[in-house]
Amino acid sequence: MSAAPDHAPTMTRASFAHRLGQAAPYLLVPVLIVLGFLSIGSSSSWLTLTVSGLAMGMMIFVMASGLTLVFGLMDVINFGHGAFVSLGAFVGISVLLALTGWTTAPSLFLNLAAVLLAIAAAMVLTGLVGWGFERVIVRPVYGAHLKQILVTVGGLIVVEQLIHVIWGPDEIFLNRPETLKGAVTFAGAALEKYRILAVVLGLAIFVAMRLVLRRTKIGLIVRAGVQNGQMVESLGYRLRLVFIGVFVAGSALAGLGGVMWGLYQEVITAGMGERMMILVFIVVIIGGLGSVEGAFIGALLVGLLQNYIAFLAPKLALVSNIGLMAAILMWRPQGMMPVVKAK
Amino acid sequence: MSDVLRIEGLFTDIAQYHILEGVDLAVPRGQVTMLLGRNGVGKTTTLKTVMGHWAAKAGSIRYDGQDITAWPTPARARAGIGFVPEDMGIFTDLTVEENMVLAAASGPPDAARLERVFAAFPPLKTFWKSEAGTLSGGQKQMLSIARAMAEERVLYLIDEPTKGLAPAIVSTMAGALRELKGQGASILLVEQNFAVAKALGDHAAVMDDGRIVWTGAMAELAADAGLQERLMGLSMEAE
Repeated sequence: MSAAPDHAPTMTRASFAHRLGQAAPYLLVPVLIVLGFLSIGSSSSWLTLTVSGLAMGMMIFVMASGLTLVFGLMDVINFGHGAFVSLGAFVGISVLLALTGWTTAPSLFLNLAAVLLAIAAAMVLTGLVGWGFERVIVRPVYGAHLKQILVTVGGLIVVEQLIHVIWGPDEIFLNRPETLKGAVTFAGAALEKYRILAVVLGLAIFVAMRLVLRRTKIGLIVRAGVQNGQMVESLGYRLRLVFIGVFVAGSALAGLGGVMWGLYQEVITAGMGERMMILVFIVVIIGGLGSVEGAFIGALLVGLLQNYIAFLAPKLALVSNIGLMAAILMWRPQGMMPVVKAK
Repeated sequence: MSDVLRIEGLFTDIAQYHILEGVDLAVPRGQVTMLLGRNGVGKTTTLKTVMGHWAAKAGSIRYDGQDITAWPTPARARAGIGFVPEDMGIFTDLTVEENMVLAAASGPPDAARLERVFAAFPPLKTFWKSEAGTLSGGQKQMLSIARAMAEERVLYLIDEPTKGLAPAIVSTMAGALRELKGQGASILLVEQNFAVAKALGDHAAVMDDGRIVWTGAMAELAADAGLQERLMGLSMEAE
């Protein structure tokens, strides 16, 4: 073995400004929460709005996480992602309606069991449909962005129309399971039980995703694939199979997000996924393409800001997220934590 | 001596450009074959076509006796072809350790092999837990070679491993490549550094206009300044 040159490598400590820049996205959420507190004044209103914003953010994150990985891994822009949100909501809510005996019983166990069954059914079905969607609609248009936009929008329309055929054209109203109705009072603030559940569920999904991405070989392949797919293939990994797995998982998560959003709004429509895609795309863009952590922070910012602004200046609520996106892109044109660099 | 890689009549187009126009090349087993030529003559495209990054329009690529022309990239890698691209292909958001774990596709990196890697490239041990993006250019190049060494490979395709590196790091690279050669690996190496090419190369193939225009012993090419001038438009001794 040849000797290496005699030198002692060192790593220069990054400057404070550099380290602050790296940590800045993580600081935005607490900063926004503090700003919200200072602006709102009333601590009970602030707490209610904060929990509501976090719940909304978690649900958007669940829907967006798969989309950002799909884009990062294979450079696929899937405008049809919203179809899985709607489909998941209809499947999940159908299961809940079929289990009315469980959802109306004053038993937390039965209520949660019904919700979990609804989630499982929605995720399995949207995962399967996602597999078919990738095979039939996405695969023929790899590498062609314009065609991807056209055919995935077409796929979205087809799925929406199928929902109309199966469930009818009307919106479906629903009641949350008995023990998830109402609110608990904490520090003088009324906190809806379901929103607390949504925060816990969203957080659990984020932690699980991080564990898979950081602690497993498949997660390593996904993270590397988002950065340089060709090199991952050069090491012997079949990235196409990984991508199919991520697409299916992303579709299933969108289905889960659909169930959560349906229960949050207590009404579902075939077009709900399509409407959610605006927020989902904002989250993916400001988070940075391919970044799950970025999508998580972005979703929380969107949820919190929308709730705070709706309280402080209702007329500005509609444009608050566009304003947030503009501000973040002016600060970091590739999003907060981009993994895929803009081409 | 058998050839580990045999390319015949290889044509590759990239978009509307005809890059390779009938490449014929043989890489003998256990030897280092230098792929030389001016910039833009198709050296990198040849490596990338062998690796499957670009599809061959015509011609054949035979590796270890099998026709791999239509194989996807992962199948070629799993068959024992290691690739070190010109841009190093480091996963900068992953740690050095994660880069190496990923490089060992068939299982956890072998401890003895890792020790050999650390002996060749001590900085990788120092920065084992650091993000690869924080490494210097030379350290990144060490990692790219080390990654190819993480598993036993039959053939290495290496694209300009010493490009832009300090002399001390170049000698480390040359030492690592010599070590690979000593282990019996076959190497197809694109290299612009003449000292390295002369020290490592057993054979040389010179490309021009998407074709191989000369093949022979590296020593023969190194000894003939006129031949270098005629084939590549410059004398490598002059560099």
